[in-house]
Amino acid sequence: MSYYFTIIGTRDNPLFEIDFGTHKLGGDGVARFRDEAKHMNQFIVHAALDMVEEAQWMGKDLYLRRVDTFQNNHVHCFLTGGNVKFMLLMNPDPTASSYASYRSPPPSRPSTARQSASMLAANPSSQATEDAVRQFMLEVYEAWLKCIMNPFYQVNNVVTSPIFRGRVATAAKKYL
Amino acid sequence: MPDLNPAQEPPLPSKDTTSIPLPPPKQFVPSLRYPSNRKSIYDRNLNRTKTSDISLASFAYLFNALITYHHAQSGSVSEIENRLNRAGYPIGIKLLDLLLYRQVAAQSSSSRNTAARPTRMIDLLQFIQGTLWRALFNRPADALEQSTTKKNEYMIIDNEPVVNTFISIPKEMSQLNCAAFVAGIIEGVCDAAGFSTDGVSAHWAGEGDEMWPGKTIYLLRFRESVIEREEALKAGG
Repeated sequence: MSYYFTIIGTRDNPLFEIDFGTHKLGGDGVARFRDEAKHMNQFIVHAALDMVEEAQWMGKDLYLRRVDTFQNNHVHCFLTGGNVKFMLLMNPDPTASSYASYRSPPPSRPSTARQSASMLAANPSSQATEDAVRQFMLEVYEAWLKCIMNPFYQVNNVVTSPIFRGRVATAAKKYL
Repeated sequence: MPDLNPAQEPPLPSKDTTSIPLPPPKQFVPSLRYPSNRKSIYDRNLNRTKTSDISLASFAYLFNALITYHHAQSGSVSEIENRLNRAGYPIGIKLLDLLLYRQVAAQSSSSRNTAARPTRMIDLLQFIQGTLWRALFNRPADALEQSTTKKNEYMIIDNEPVVNTFISIPKEMSQLNCAAFVAGIIEGVCDAAGFSTDGVSAHWAGEGDEMWPGKTIYLLRFRESVIEREEALKAGG
């Protein structure tokens, strides 16, 4: 179970990126994306931005829930008031995703199904998943606010603070 | 020629003064610096406490310094207003998120996450008139009106702007309204929320008004695209 989290600015520019694995069920917190997933993740999240633009005027909630799905990847979005997007991509079994054969449905893999049944991404629209992601997003939102409260931070600046990264990692460990 | 720096070591390989030796690589020093109590900006509380209000005197002093600076830098009334507007703009962008967060924090105890992004124009205007004004000045703005002639123009009216309390305008600049700073904040909020404007400006409206001689109108001019989206949303339910 691996996650890729990124913050997208108001001009669809990335401000922050991090990937991590789950800490639940004895996970070690290390993302297990394959090499090609490194850029595919960015690509999938970028594609999901269109869905965010559609969803953002439909409701008032900051948390937009799951906005997009591509094969095994599920993208959840949290939209701040200032139109900055927190995008979380989750993939229950990244080693099994083959991006090259995207025309065919992903093969069912009984060997991993047993293990991932209790994982969050196994049923991405379930209430438990949405709740966990919402909690995670709210915690990141708090850190994000503290970051932009810095008078020297200007809109769409890249976030480089190691403390911010630490806060995101802590929130991930706590909820995901 | 005597060696000016005999203690220097290691000795230069040659006395050729045209080739300047490269300085030794500096040791890596993390650029993040902590204050002495090791608390960073991430350790501060985002919620307002009773003691966090700033006194009017210190605000007036800072605001005065801001105006004096921009006055000295610019040649015309409109340029001063423009500069004050730019000074307020980033504040507005950041305030929108901060106020939304405080809504979550204030209401999370009773119901789960009820903060609402303003998605309709009326929500946004009420947010500015109510929430924003209360956060900045501790009271809602006095009136909110739509222009009778133009669909995209709205007016927020403040009978007695706090920012103008200690400002006296010289005669030759009677058009200048330093509440342009607040107009900039409003513009920042609108832009950040996705309601782009053709500018928000502050105008005097208190002439001949005995009750409120300092009355100020903030004029919000939204872009056509915003109006179109608003109508599409209305039609779509």
